[in-house]
Amino acid sequence: MSDDSLTIAGLELTSRLVMGTGGAPSLEVLEEALVASATELTTVALRRLDPNQQGSVLDVLRKHGIAVLPNTAGCFTAGEAVLTARLAREALETNLIKLEVVADDHTLLPDPVELLDAAETLAADGFSVFAYTNDDPILARRLEQAGCVAVMPLGSPIGSGLGIRNPHNISMIVEAATVPVVLDAGIGTASDAALAMELGCDAVLLATAVTRAERPALMAAAMRDAVNAGRSARLAGRIPRRWHSAQASSPTDGRLSY
Amino acid sequence: MAERTSEVVVIGGGLIGLAIAWRLAADGIQVTVCDPTPGSQTSAVAAGMLAPVTEVEYGEDELLALNLASVAAWPGFAAELEELTGRPAGLNRTGTLSVAYDTDDVAALRRLADYQRRLGLEVEELTGREVRKREPLLAAGVSGGVWVAGDHSVDNRRTVAALLRATELTGVRFERQQVSRVLTAGTTAVGVELADGSTIRSAQLIAATGPWSAQLQGIPEELRPPVRPVKGEILRLRVPEAYRPALHHTVRATARGFSVYLVPRPGGELVVGATTTELGYDTRVLAGGVFSLLRDARMVLPITDELELVETVAGLRPATPDNAPILGASGLDGLLWATGHYRNGVLLTPITAQVIAETVRTGQIPDLAAPFAIDRFSAPKVAR
Repeated sequence: MSDDSLTIAGLELTSRLVMGTGGAPSLEVLEEALVASATELTTVALRRLDPNQQGSVLDVLRKHGIAVLPNTAGCFTAGEAVLTARLAREALETNLIKLEVVADDHTLLPDPVELLDAAETLAADGFSVFAYTNDDPILARRLEQAGCVAVMPLGSPIGSGLGIRNPHNISMIVEAATVPVVLDAGIGTASDAALAMELGCDAVLLATAVTRAERPALMAAAMRDAVNAGRSARLAGRIPRRWHSAQASSPTDGRLSY
Repeated sequence: MAERTSEVVVIGGGLIGLAIAWRLAADGIQVTVCDPTPGSQTSAVAAGMLAPVTEVEYGEDELLALNLASVAAWPGFAAELEELTGRPAGLNRTGTLSVAYDTDDVAALRRLADYQRRLGLEVEELTGREVRKREPLLAAGVSGGVWVAGDHSVDNRRTVAALLRATELTGVRFERQQVSRVLTAGTTAVGVELADGSTIRSAQLIAATGPWSAQLQGIPEELRPPVRPVKGEILRLRVPEAYRPALHHTVRATARGFSVYLVPRPGGELVVGATTTELGYDTRVLAGGVFSLLRDARMVLPITDELELVETVAGLRPATPDNAPILGASGLDGLLWATGHYRNGVLLTPITAQVIAETVRTGQIPDLAAPFAIDRFSAPKVAR
């Protein structure tokens, strides 16, 4: 799998698991989980962190050589998201931005209209936009046309652990996309991450499933393995489903029949 | 410049520093506390929950043992403090009710209750109706809860006032200025230099410097404690007499995935907290912080609307990588750490004072506190 790397916005990733940092009970637990996940790219909420503070999560990421993908978590309008993205660019000296524009506090679902608006503005402003989006194939297409470097459809709402509620939509997004597709949000357990990769996603982003697990580092390792397994299964080419008759795996020719 | 001496110098006069100073001075030791404004920072901002059970996190078993020991030490500590000073120490033994709003919140609460029971902690699961029998003003939407009889609260501002009086009565000296650096001779700490350039020589320094611990100058880089400030915004409301007591117990709530706690005080104060952000030493109170606390408070306690908003304030928690304090040896002879108490400073005040005083007396840290030595952060960790 060493030649199966993923490149997004010039960033070459051998791990296809992108981690979030929210929800960990402590910095130490987060660090152990990040290491166990083997992630090379991790998203952080810029609004909730001072890049100059010693001993912060950014120090942990630096220590392990993990690239930082700042996000616009907590933004409700395109205008807010654009301002936050520019702050992130200045503070962290990166053009990468994970664009999140959510509709409200409770569903945390992306607001598609604001999202597209912000994506257009930021892409035109030279950002490499990773757009966190609904699992809507048409919106994904519009985001790609707007110049996003990756589209990141949700499996289900942030932190819900409900898995991939509409695998068919994810397949449609994957089939149509010419930029990487990263399944973002809703992963509850390892099989969800494997399914995302089997559906053809290029990577998976998750946080809560790991950070709120009883044993975060163990779940992180499970996610790492699941993403690898799902990727391999996708590349290996699964057999077609037979709905109406079984097919024995050992040959039946030449047997006596009665 | 003048040079003074003191048997012990305590750097930092928050709850931890004051309690240590009092304990040592009560043993007849000459103690100086250095702090420009004792008891005015984190110690005055905190909500004062003694919540080892309701705040337990997966994998923090050693910290739980220390927290439980300290909650057990609180009544004796408060009684001694009150006896000496004639002032209330602020302990309110009310028990704590953890409540959940919607069914997802209930599921999260039940999961935690399972873990608490596995740890041998006493928790009692309640239906929404049972919760509201105990606290009738909670929202009708509250659909379940857990009663924890052993988690209490402290009016930490009263504790600060009582400790200031206790230190005064036991002859503790105060230097109301910043320590600009620790003075060393080789690998031994020998005193402090103060902001005005004067020095105090001492064979025993204790750094109770909370969120400012990593900034204490004069300590070699490799011995700096991994303590970072974690900001928290908190509100103080006043319950009008007609509605008192709005709550009888500390109430911790998970409401549509958000967490909030409400701590009632005798006299009608209701403390609502707290946000968590990592923004360095920023202590601005943001509108969004106040909004989210009030939004969540009124979701579980609708009568919040009728309470007076008396104070909004932000403080800094001294956080370590594993959320547990740093106690004891520093790597410099003559300097002990008593810092990094994160969310448990008020809770851990009695036990910290006890173990640090014992370490000063015997030169040996008690077994209970041994897991909290600073060198745990340099040892390679095995993933849990």
